[in-house]
Amino acid sequence: MKPILIRGGRVIDPAASLDGRYDVLLVNGKVAAVEPAGKLKQKDAEAIDAAGLIVAPGLIDIHVHLREPGQGYKETIASGTAAAAAGGFTTVCAMPNTIPVNDSPEITAWMLAPERGAAIRVFPIGAATVGSMGEKLTDYLALKKTGVVGVTDDGKPILGDAIMHETLKAATKAGLPVIQHAEDTRMTGGCSMNAGPLAFRLGLRGMPVEAESSLVERDISLVRKVKGAHLHVAHLSTKKALDAVNAARAEGLNVTCEVAPHHFVLNEERVGDYDTHAKMNPPLRAEADRLAMVAGILEGRVDCIATDHAPHAAHEKEQEFERAPNGITGLETALGLTLASLHREHGMPIDCVLAMLTSRPAQVLSLSGRGTLAVGSFADVVLFDPEEKWAFRAQDSRSKSKNTPFDGWTMHGRVQMTISEGRIVYRR
Amino acid sequence: MAPRKVSTAARARTAKSKAASTLSLHPGALVSVRGLTPERTRAILQLADKLETQDVFERAKRLRKRRVALLFYESSTRTRTSFELAAKSLGADTTLVSALSSSIEKGESLKDTGITLKALGAECIILRSPYSGAPYLLAKSTGLPVLNAGDGMHEHPSQALLDLRTMLRFLGIKAARLSPTALKGVTVTICGDILHSRVARSNALLLPTLGAQVIFCGPMPLLPDLAANIGPGVSVERNFEAALRRSQIVMMLRIQAERLAGLKIDLDDYKQHYQANSERVAACAPKALIMHPGPIIRGLEITSEVADGPQSAIAEQVHHGLAIRMALLAQALDKSKQRTRA
Repeated sequence: MKPILIRGGRVIDPAASLDGRYDVLLVNGKVAAVEPAGKLKQKDAEAIDAAGLIVAPGLIDIHVHLREPGQGYKETIASGTAAAAAGGFTTVCAMPNTIPVNDSPEITAWMLAPERGAAIRVFPIGAATVGSMGEKLTDYLALKKTGVVGVTDDGKPILGDAIMHETLKAATKAGLPVIQHAEDTRMTGGCSMNAGPLAFRLGLRGMPVEAESSLVERDISLVRKVKGAHLHVAHLSTKKALDAVNAARAEGLNVTCEVAPHHFVLNEERVGDYDTHAKMNPPLRAEADRLAMVAGILEGRVDCIATDHAPHAAHEKEQEFERAPNGITGLETALGLTLASLHREHGMPIDCVLAMLTSRPAQVLSLSGRGTLAVGSFADVVLFDPEEKWAFRAQDSRSKSKNTPFDGWTMHGRVQMTISEGRIVYRR
Repeated sequence: MAPRKVSTAARARTAKSKAASTLSLHPGALVSVRGLTPERTRAILQLADKLETQDVFERAKRLRKRRVALLFYESSTRTRTSFELAAKSLGADTTLVSALSSSIEKGESLKDTGITLKALGAECIILRSPYSGAPYLLAKSTGLPVLNAGDGMHEHPSQALLDLRTMLRFLGIKAARLSPTALKGVTVTICGDILHSRVARSNALLLPTLGAQVIFCGPMPLLPDLAANIGPGVSVERNFEAALRRSQIVMMLRIQAERLAGLKIDLDDYKQHYQANSERVAACAPKALIMHPGPIIRGLEITSEVADGPQSAIAEQVHHGLAIRMALLAQALDKSKQRTRA
């Protein structure tokens, strides 16, 4: 592997509070040196001119659905990670709601095999229960040994009190976080959007805010009983649940949460005339909840941003709203949306924005040596032009699926290059 | 933080996308009464008057040999028959596709069914679907004028228009006089299973555009408080007798057992508080017009004495359906003709 020398860029490494003109040298898949611009020399290195660009740690998305095994027509590990690389990501964590469910070391190993053609680093998240059926725990130690970084039944909640309690105990023993899809499904049967006046007018059954917050509150009460447990709330979407997470934190409990770009950029009005590209779970919420997500991020009460990238084939989304599957793609729009909304619209400093996509997700799932440009860490780097305006086109996406509500949106900030463990995996 | 700025930006985005999606519908389509301005409503009702009184042979030339498809994913007596008879009265050829006797049973999607009907020459599709919003999908997939004959819990626009025609006759208001204030001072109570009713939604969105007040009445699980937010001129009143006293027109709805989804209703309690029976009507609304979109469940939301009594307009409503649906079909196909020529 040829060394890479990135010269003349504005290096921002939130983990090290570094922001300035530096050169970055990558050798053997690791960061070898970060020195003031012009100081580094390396004869055999590929030199990359980063003038005018921001050089940051490769982005980390701890919540993606890569659909393999089983649903390669929606996405493959190869296509999903190619889309991730194009979006500036160097690490993604793959949810286990595949077919079959990733509830075993064998499936985890299959996902991690070189034959899958992953462009970037993939960390599988294992199923918390066998088949994600919510009845019997999987073997957390064996899963961890094969490479999983957390357990979840994402797509559905770990619903029963007893099984969630068992999950927290076993995961804590194994040193794994429990990632909860917080939805009390006893309150959401037949529902396809956020509950409220709009759902009433559209004649759609609505998911109440409480379906999310009550399960978060239940989980927190169980975390109190399990010393050392780490609960991570996936795709949090409501003020009520965010307040519960932060109250738990204030109590000293290890409870973290992520928010998806669509939950701080869009509100339920986007459903419009039943646009299935505005259908996801949790649903787009009321404007007050959207603003609470923005405020939560600005105030540091949200731990990280994660996309919940959920590809679906066109024919699946071209159905009646209530029949269409939940979810949208997100890997190629995350950086652009985040910069536009948090940085440009709300004035969040760019290093803080980048922390939400690098050091903080790394911290949530203890991904050591990632999310930073510290010497010795993995050579995961993204180079982007913060000024370039461009129109995102779903048809140009590297994902196999084009189910996005952001088709045609103007993005401000564009990825120029992505380097994963010292290899250039995306170049514009 | 500047929340005000945020919400404006978000609204601008949604407004843009909404405008785009509405524009893509055929001008002759009728999916929601929200697309009806008082002028458009007036034009439909005036056309209904004209077609109703026209010589039957003359009328049958209007849509001679034009092709209309009725696509029904849910059972229907009134709506289906009256759309079919309306199309035939205007000379159109009709074909009925229903869920149980077609490739829908084999898993064909709504989009593909629409494309197939269009390929067979359908120029207009009348759709009834158990899914809210399905007509938008069909309209976008085919580019045809789609007439919504009831979609899930969403809307039933032709029903609201025929209800309006029934009300106007009762009130002695001519269609030509329809305006944003034509129904000023008129209060209409809609009582029963509001939550699951597309008829309630279409009426509550249409009538206030003409100046009427709408009162939703019913018990909590069938009528959430937020129903009052559906639009201007709509309020919620839990006490049926209080609502009756304020109303010139009362519309009763059946409890939609097929959509209750686990909701439990105490029927005896329901009858005690919300049934339209002779004593209650005589005491609280002796002059009101009593309407019901059907099907009626005699002895539950309405007694036979009231349904068959002198204040009832139930049969008259069905009768008005024919004229309204003739007007909607004529408009849908007239507009598509213009578009092809242009």
